[in-house]
Amino acid sequence: MNPRVLLAAAVVIVAACGGKPPAETPAPQPVVDSTAIKERMRADSIAAAERARAEAEARARADAEARARAEAARAQVLAAVSSMVHFDYDRADIRPEDAAILDSKAAVLAANPGLRLRVSGHADSRGSDEYNLALGNRRAAAAKRYLENKGIDASRLDIVSFGEERPLDPGENEAAWAQNRRAEFEITAGGDNLVAPQ
Amino acid sequence: MKSGLVLAVSLVLVAPALAQDTPPPADGGVRVGITYTPGVRSRLVLLPGTGLDSVRAVIQRDLDFSDRFEVLTLGPGAPGGGGGTVNYPLYRTLGADYGVEVAPSGSGVNVRLHDVRAGQVRQQQGYYLPPPSDPGFRMAVHAISDEVVRWATGTPGIAASRMLFISSKRVHRVDSDGANLTAISPAGETALSPAWSPDGQRIAYTRFGEGKGAIVVQRLDGSERRTVPTTESQLNYTAAFAPDGRTLAFSRSAEDGSTDIFTVNLAEMCCARRLTVGRFADNLSPSFAPDGRRVAFVSTRAGPPQVYSMSVEGTDQELLAPFDYGVSGSSNAPEWSPDGASVAFHREVNRSQQIFILDVGSRRVRQLTSSGRNEDPTWAPDGRHLAFVSDRSGRRQVWIIDIETGRVRQLMTPGETRLPAWSRRLVAGRP
Repeated sequence: MNPRVLLAAAVVIVAACGGKPPAETPAPQPVVDSTAIKERMRADSIAAAERARAEAEARARADAEARARAEAARAQVLAAVSSMVHFDYDRADIRPEDAAILDSKAAVLAANPGLRLRVSGHADSRGSDEYNLALGNRRAAAAKRYLENKGIDASRLDIVSFGEERPLDPGENEAAWAQNRRAEFEITAGGDNLVAPQ
Repeated sequence: MKSGLVLAVSLVLVAPALAQDTPPPADGGVRVGITYTPGVRSRLVLLPGTGLDSVRAVIQRDLDFSDRFEVLTLGPGAPGGGGGTVNYPLYRTLGADYGVEVAPSGSGVNVRLHDVRAGQVRQQQGYYLPPPSDPGFRMAVHAISDEVVRWATGTPGIAASRMLFISSKRVHRVDSDGANLTAISPAGETALSPAWSPDGQRIAYTRFGEGKGAIVVQRLDGSERRTVPTTESQLNYTAAFAPDGRTLAFSRSAEDGSTDIFTVNLAEMCCARRLTVGRFADNLSPSFAPDGRRVAFVSTRAGPPQVYSMSVEGTDQELLAPFDYGVSGSSNAPEWSPDGASVAFHREVNRSQQIFILDVGSRRVRQLTSSGRNEDPTWAPDGRHLAFVSDRSGRRQVWIIDIETGRVRQLMTPGETRLPAWSRRLVAGRP
């Protein structure tokens, strides 16, 4: 056995059994392992960075989701604004199945007082070229009148007619004609920062 | 001897249904609801001569297109006229009633109409003709043709006239025989509703863009272009000149959905006056009676569009072309005939459009066409021919029908054409 260790052990034993503590015995210094500290610090900092990154990611994700929600909401509002209504041959009455389309528009217009629309009426190619201009005008006016009756100020809605000059589908068949007998809605002002109706 | 001469002449009768230089219609001709009686028209032959072949060719085709004659064509080497000595017995043998002789005379031509049966000159006249390179040359020859028709029938022909129509979004003009096709409205504009002034010197049309349309009045050569006041905003179309050329009527579509007819004073270019009060109905396509007192127009006041008339003040509005409610199809595009006796329009029949004529006196309507889709009729100056748009050849093209015989021909035009407007008779020589 190492004699120095033995001596130290004897001193400890004496001190433990005797009345007075040994005077000013220096506390045993912990064994300083600098490599471990560095390791821990590094681990800590990595964890912190990862936490930060995760938080940032979560924030970004939340932001993106919020943006996506906003985009979707805006797209929904835009879709509500721009969706077309269609008409029967040589008629300008709003069809019952199209009333909901116009109701959505009325809600968006009510929620966005700065929003203004151009309503354009269109006809299929079966009727007369010039009469179709009048018919398109009557169709645009019918859509406008419906929105007015829902409380939208007439000054926010301009109407124009393209007659049969701008077919969506240039075909000459029932499906194409049905597509082309329509009113379109285009934002002319107040289209930024659209608010979805409550 | 006689039979030998006939052989040498090698006579060719022009089949009544086939116009020269005009391809036969794809469906073999129009089927019309009127009786065609060949043989009642007098037979006319253009006498051969030296020189002036192009003049003779134009006149021969004009006389054929007048539908007043059966035009006989002669083979080469046929005996000519020459100073009034015509072999009348020979032409009588050929069945000719008339012979037209065209001979050079100074800076023009001398034209004689021979009455073959009577064996004498019925009428003759010298005409100045500009050189063939002159832009007025063909119209001057057309004017001669129209005179020949007048000598033979008492009513001038329609060769010296022009047509307006829309093709490739521009107003075009073309001579009655399909020659001299010229774009009139500027490229880049979308033009609709072309109309002639009564003197054939000016046109009106709609400059269409973004769902609005202004009415432009200009001279044929494009000069003096003016936009009719109050038509700058909104949608204005179906312009029509009054017979005196001073008033322009047109329709305007308004914000409340109604379309109404207005007139404007062209000399002062002001004071749009409203003739109809729509209240959510359409009133459009005005057409003046030749006396200038009444206006035919289309109205949806009873539901589907039908043809009505009113005074030029807008009073005394009444149904003009009778229809069976719920049975007769929509009726559009009325045009009052130059003699005032008829109004042509098109009406929907079996989901297509057909040309109809209303007899104003008896209020009876008759259907003129049944082959393909036929629309937008416009009267020739003689009140017996109509031009209209038909898709019978596969594309929308301008066709001309003689309502007396039912004979049709296609006006030679490229591409898709629509909204034709026939001028009144034009004075020869003017561009």
